Amino acid sequence: MRARSAPLLAAIAPFLVGDALAHGIVGKRFFPATLTIDDPFVADELSLPTYSYQKFGGSSDEPAMSQSSYAFDYTKRITPDLGIGFGGTFLQQRPEGAGTTSGWDNYALSLKYQLYQNAEREAIASVGVDWDIGHSGSSRVGAEPFSTVTPALFFGKGFGDLPDSATMLRPFALTGQLGVGIPSRTSTSSVNDEGETIVDRNPNTLVWGFALEYSIPYLQAYVQDMGWRAPFNRLIPIVEFNFTTALNRGQSGTTGTINPGILWAGQTVQLGIEALIPINSRSGKSTGVIAQLHFYLDDIFPNSIGKPLFGNP
Amino acid sequence: MLWAIALASVAAGARAHAFLDHASPAVGSTVHGSPPELRIWFTQELEPPFSRVKVEDGNGNAIAASEKAVDAADRTLLHIPLPPLPPGKYRVLWHVLSVDSHVTEGDYVFVVAP
Repeated sequence: MRARSAPLLAAIAPFLVGDALAHGIVGKRFFPATLTIDDPFVADELSLPTYSYQKFGGSSDEPAMSQSSYAFDYTKRITPDLGIGFGGTFLQQRPEGAGTTSGWDNYALSLKYQLYQNAEREAIASVGVDWDIGHSGSSRVGAEPFSTVTPALFFGKGFGDLPDSATMLRPFALTGQLGVGIPSRTSTSSVNDEGETIVDRNPNTLVWGFALEYSIPYLQAYVQDMGWRAPFNRLIPIVEFNFTTALNRGQSGTTGTINPGILWAGQTVQLGIEALIPINSRSGKSTGVIAQLHFYLDDIFPNSIGKPLFGNP
Repeated sequence: MLWAIALASVAAGARAHAFLDHASPAVGSTVHGSPPELRIWFTQELEPPFSRVKVEDGNGNAIAASEKAVDAADRTLLHIPLPPLPPGKYRVLWHVLSVDSHVTEGDYVFVVAP
């Protein structure tokens, strides 16, 4: 029997799972749904599909491969401040020198509560928990046989309260998340082709990230009309930073991607595309891409499936 | 299902939040001479009884205000006549309710130059 570090797919798993990615309004500020990190809003919405493509360099235990993913994510408000979510990701993996393998990654459930909002400061904070359901996906694509529960804090802050001397910076906004991923098993065992028992250690992980965005709609509606009209008046340039840091069980290091891109936020739908730039060799071999079509169900169906089950929105 | 939602989203295009689309005087603009009227176009139709607008001078004094400012023929338009405005900075504050019952509000500044 020999022990090894967490395999590559386990290290990057947080990026493969469809998170509950919400949009919302605080005061004058509209926050779009982000593509790779979760944000602080509870909302009725659907991401379908979220497509991504990445290449991974492999390790001593796994071959290099390319991977396409097709994810969906649905979130529903129970009350105006409490929501649940469900998501899944279908993976197609093409290891070097082998055929394509495909299957579902573990499904995920989430719960989130908005505990603070300040309209004047364009600020919001939330708490939530994500449950990556062990054994619900296909082991062929690396879906883990154990669950991971990730309690997390989320925040959002618009810069609309900057002084008059910095008005052109007011369209900036920042959202972020900070959570701890806790696996239900500290290690998992498997037998390789040589008959050896392989033990994978599953560390707790710090799941963290943030998104910095510059809202053209905010610029034109509240600061300075630049004369941009549809479709350019709804663009939101964004950079997302999405990281996971191993915390214990002999594991260390951070994996993740930096994702510059652009969002287009319409009245009822949102389109987004971002580059996935790996921060190190464990996070990917080359720049990938992620794209998403996102529906604001609370705006499409405001009087039926788009409103909270209880309470007025 | 995806197409059904997409079609519904198109059909629901007039029912989402109302945001400022453009205005006259324009957001952050400098105009020469006093404008006779303030006009703000929104991205959605508004509910007239619950949509209002106010203009303040640089000292925070109300210069013009109306709670019946939605245009009867074009419910995406909010407008009020303005008194003669001396040169200076003015702030527009608006609060509207879109037809799907979403409330939005905001403000912006324009400058009147001689």
